[in-house]
Amino acid sequence: MAGAVWADRTLAVRYPGRVEYADALAMQAELVERRRSGEVPDTLLLLEHPHVITLGSSAHQDHVLLSEPELAARGIGLFETGRGGDVTYHGPGQLVAYPILDLKPDRKDLHLYLRSLEDVLLGTLSAFAITGRRDDSATGVWVDDAKVAAIGIRVSSGWITSHGFALNTDTDLSFFDTIVPCGLSGRPVTSVSRLLGRTVTPRETAPAVVQALREVFGYGSVDDPGAANSKQSR
Amino acid sequence: MSRIEVPMPQMGESIAEGTVSKWLKAPGDAVERDEAILEISTDKVDAEIPSPSAGVLAEIVVPEGETVEVGTIVAYIEEGGSPSLAAPPPAEAESESSSDGASAGEPAVASPSMPTSPPRAEPAEPPVAATATARPADESDEVACTATSEERLRTRSTPVVRRIAQEAGVDISAVAGTGHQGRVTKQDILGFIEGGAAAAQAAAPEPAGAAPTPAPATRTPAPAAVVPTAPAPSPPPTPPRRPTAPSAAPGDLWKRFHTEVEHPTYPVRDGDRVETMDKMRRLTAEHMVLAKRISPHVHSIIEIDFSAVDRIRREKKARWAERGARVSYTAFVAWACSRILRDFPMVNGTLSGNNIVYRGAVNLGMAVDLNPGLIVPVIHDADDLSLVGTARRIVDLATRAKSRQLSPSEIQGATFTITNPGVLGTMVGMPVIPKGTSAILGTGSIDKRVVVVSDPATGQDTVAVRKRSYFSLGYDHRLVDGADSARFLSQLKELLEEFPEDA
Repeated sequence: MAGAVWADRTLAVRYPGRVEYADALAMQAELVERRRSGEVPDTLLLLEHPHVITLGSSAHQDHVLLSEPELAARGIGLFETGRGGDVTYHGPGQLVAYPILDLKPDRKDLHLYLRSLEDVLLGTLSAFAITGRRDDSATGVWVDDAKVAAIGIRVSSGWITSHGFALNTDTDLSFFDTIVPCGLSGRPVTSVSRLLGRTVTPRETAPAVVQALREVFGYGSVDDPGAANSKQSR
Repeated sequence: MSRIEVPMPQMGESIAEGTVSKWLKAPGDAVERDEAILEISTDKVDAEIPSPSAGVLAEIVVPEGETVEVGTIVAYIEEGGSPSLAAPPPAEAESESSSDGASAGEPAVASPSMPTSPPRAEPAEPPVAATATARPADESDEVACTATSEERLRTRSTPVVRRIAQEAGVDISAVAGTGHQGRVTKQDILGFIEGGAAAAQAAAPEPAGAAPTPAPATRTPAPAAVVPTAPAPSPPPTPPRRPTAPSAAPGDLWKRFHTEVEHPTYPVRDGDRVETMDKMRRLTAEHMVLAKRISPHVHSIIEIDFSAVDRIRREKKARWAERGARVSYTAFVAWACSRILRDFPMVNGTLSGNNIVYRGAVNLGMAVDLNPGLIVPVIHDADDLSLVGTARRIVDLATRAKSRQLSPSEIQGATFTITNPGVLGTMVGMPVIPKGTSAILGTGSIDKRVVVVSDPATGQDTVAVRKRSYFSLGYDHRLVDGADSARFLSQLKELLEEFPEDA
């Protein structure tokens, strides 16, 4: 699948830290432009968001269970965003990955890309000896019947990707009670920490995500400041 | 100046349809080649679709929100045209019959996908539309059109369909596909399983009320750019364009009817102010439309004397105040409802599909005015609470509703709702029944009225001044009969008029 073209590419990894959702949108928009014009290589943003609920393009308003003022009272922001999918929650303790990739020439298939991101997540989990699974009827990655990672992507003109996935590492899962995640009612959410019975931070999972992305897409090299300075501070 | 078709592009091998989520250009707008003109969404993906050509967006065929199969024409671009205000209507000869399956170098199968514009007469002549068709930019190397790839696509289908087929032990290639390029849709496979193999294979007259299935012969692939000169196996002129042919199945229509709302638009006049609805208003608006759409509403009204309640309230006010409790009229009403709802399981229940669900708990929704907006916190297990306990809970929920401190569980699970339009002085209201429940009580203003009362001892009628109120019960007439409602209101009246001292 990954042709020689991917082996010749470098994946740049960036760790902007804890980023407001709006700032992350702007950051991605700029990277998409620069990736399209070839100024930057394929880039993986790894970050965390403050508490925020985001509505994808197919979001149902009633999957947000609180009103805007109620959310504001809890310090939760609300964004309508240009990714696919329904409603999701982001917050501290969750590793958010935004790959800004050029899918040309041989990965121009939205479903293939979704499945590839699932592969990245499955690979990441296996690094922690967790066996995740896909669900034929719903995008995302599951452990038993609980969702551990959510996926929602956007492909801009020229097959440049943005948005991506969110892996619950040490997320306060009670915040998911304020929404119907991805519109799937009655399906629980979980986190790596809960599955392992110990605290696993986003920072600890980041190297596994980079490694899995590299393997799934077949990048020849990775420019990862996190790896160079051992553990890059967020 | 030629007219270029913009089809819903094939954005992945297993993607059969897409939803137009947003038009980035309006008819009359100039577009550059490869400039994004619309956004589509599939299940977890948003994607920008670039223009196949420079020119002017002449016509939008598929509006926002509609889901169409891959290959369906979503717009036309007037190549090299200059921007104009009015989008010219498509010329007769061009708009019709340019077999809408013929896109992006794919085989021009006479697919059952629907005609893309409202049908006019039969095309008078062979189509002359430009078929230098659109595709996602740089998609030039896509899809070789051979019989094998056609066959391959036909048997390929979405994971859902494959799983259904697998579970039912059905070979997908045996199913007549009505989807793009003969792809087997969910309706096809379900129809096949339900109707039995024979029925489905034998021409399948009207799968789920959608577009007719093509006769097998018409599926012969023809190169896209070649204009058929023989009478085209064009789609029959009658069926209007269906946004989602497969999902037009009755089941789906009902689902949409029960869950989807679109508000009509009206022209804005000089001096008007236009604002986007905020979330609460939008949710409320949708809920109200759906609630009215689903439940046949009937209202019954009863007049209730508040003398007894008023007396108890006066007598105990000081004692309650010492305990830090303020017991409103609403608390009396809520307490009384919670006592009698168990006697009226249909009022405390709901219709669900072909079942009646009699709720095991009595959870009272209490509508709270947030001015602007409205929220309905819920007193769970209200029948466990004393009068004072009910009062405290109401004050607590109302206070936290106003400061937006309610948790999700506190606004869910109501089995019966009380709304109090009377608090602002209206005499009676005809409230809308929240969906998922069967009844709502509207309490009118409590006013001093001149009434005729009979002395119980002598039977003598006298004119007196009494505090009274009209209560209306809105009920779902599918489940609650008029007599049920009358009995409920009578019992409520009796309990409030002879209110127990020890409540």
